[in-house]
Amino acid sequence: MDIIVCIKPVLDPELPPAKFAVDSKKNEVIPPEGMPFIMSPYDALAVEAALRLKEAAGGKVTVLTMGTKYTEDVLRKAVAMGADEGFVLNDTAFENSDGFATAYILAQAVKKVGKFDLILCGRQAADWDAGVVGSALAEYLGIPVVVRAKSVEAANGTLKVERVTASGSEIFEVPLPALVTVSSEMGQPRIPSGRGIIIAAKKQFPKWGAGDIGADTSRTGSAAQRNILTRLFIPSFQRTCEMVTGKDPAEAAAKLAEKIMAIKP
Amino acid sequence: MAENKTILVIGEMEQGKTASITRELLGGARALAAQAGGDVSLLLAGEASAQLAAEGIALGADRVYAAIHAGYNEYNCDAYTALVSGLCGNIQPALCLMGQTDLGRDIAPRVAARLGMALAMDCVEVSFDTEAGSFKQTRPVFGGKAFSVLATAKGLGQINTVRAKSMQPAAADSGRKGDTITIADPPDATSLKVKLVEARKQEAEGVKLEDAKVIVAGGGGLGGVAGFEMIKHLADLLGGVVGATRVPVDENWVPLSMEIGQTGKIVSPELYIAIGISGAAQHITGCINSKKIVTINRDPEANMFKISDLGLVADYKTVVPILIEKLKAAK
Repeated sequence: MDIIVCIKPVLDPELPPAKFAVDSKKNEVIPPEGMPFIMSPYDALAVEAALRLKEAAGGKVTVLTMGTKYTEDVLRKAVAMGADEGFVLNDTAFENSDGFATAYILAQAVKKVGKFDLILCGRQAADWDAGVVGSALAEYLGIPVVVRAKSVEAANGTLKVERVTASGSEIFEVPLPALVTVSSEMGQPRIPSGRGIIIAAKKQFPKWGAGDIGADTSRTGSAAQRNILTRLFIPSFQRTCEMVTGKDPAEAAAKLAEKIMAIKP
Repeated sequence: MAENKTILVIGEMEQGKTASITRELLGGARALAAQAGGDVSLLLAGEASAQLAAEGIALGADRVYAAIHAGYNEYNCDAYTALVSGLCGNIQPALCLMGQTDLGRDIAPRVAARLGMALAMDCVEVSFDTEAGSFKQTRPVFGGKAFSVLATAKGLGQINTVRAKSMQPAAADSGRKGDTITIADPPDATSLKVKLVEARKQEAEGVKLEDAKVIVAGGGGLGGVAGFEMIKHLADLLGGVVGATRVPVDENWVPLSMEIGQTGKIVSPELYIAIGISGAAQHITGCINSKKIVTINRDPEANMFKISDLGLVADYKTVVPILIEKLKAAK
């Protein structure tokens, strides 16, 4: 089974709130100095899902990413995990693309890659948290899509996908080629092996611009944005916290019990 | 701005009744229509639409599109994507509202991609900008660490998915008048690509987290299943429900249906007791609308204290049994 995985470099979402800052004039996040971006965690799980399928059914895993910074780092990580090839989509015309423009660019890149059975994406990127690109990419390619998968299995030319829902999960039978987005319930992404790291260190990642993939640049970049970001701010949820104390934890707990009884509905 | 100024709400049902998110969206749409100068349409799908149309009008719709066909009784993402795309293509709403639900997450990006509409997911606020004559959205980004405010690019109709409890439902007014337009066509068979083979319900029995008045939530600090058994006693004594952060779910101590936060449930109880929860942004975004927040944590620096009304720095294993004993004695 030939699989294409779309991955994105993002600011580490585990960054503590105290180190998170925004430039309110440019409406941009200010990354802490010297902190490299990482592969968006849901995307790392999409790579993991692809590698599990490759182990079970054979085939090739190709990774695509877009942008100017840390793109090679995330592709190298994916190859170290076990992916076979990677491409960077890089063009000034791609900068500031929204989710739909990104999906369009990826659709063009997928056509350039050629043969594939399955495309995997993270359920949403850990920066803008929209969850749009995977579904839009499937629409542009005219292929079936299942979002928020916790497991994927190849079965007789189709795919068995279990996805999470608000009330549990659903299992779908999906004809190929298809697109699936992956949720955190997939498990943990594997840690690259020493051999994987050596292979990845030597790997070359070709760059494709708009011309290479036949992208119409009127559909990409700032000018194609359907919504315009007018403000980015850090919310303040701060409350005044009354700390309950006592001569020992037992006394403090007894005091807290009284206070809880007073406010409980 | 699209020619048609209608605001279209995509309705959902829960056990054959109008879903709470749909009541909220109708209330929100009514208020937005009053400012934007349009009216409110509601789409209902499935055979139950025939019975629920009148309630939709009472709750704020001026017009109900009722896709009364058995093919829509069970939610199917392909069938619903085709249905909503068809209707949006026909009536060109200025704004289409869906819940940030399984349905909204599935179909909003697909409909927007098909029709070239603007899209904002997981909105906590939608307002009308009178000067610009278009809608404005506020949504959490970066796992809830920041909020973004968006304006619509000129001329585009907008689809927004809205987070639960972000809009106020209006009281039902049975005197309101409206039209019902029946869509009798079955789902387009060529649109059906994925096939549902099994649905597994995992919802805890009893009161739902979203409706609970008291929630006792546990985090990674509880250390395992035993910790959750302990806080369940506390929740029972308070007439409440147990919730969790992402760590206990990822560790399989509790089912996913108990997760509170950005990728789980959004709750707003009267009393929220957070035990062993450090307070990651993606969790806070799911519980910040609670009326009173109480935090018990060993770490005095835990971020959760900053958003709490009451706090106790202690090991929960010492404190919770005492709380249980005191609450029992008070009964």
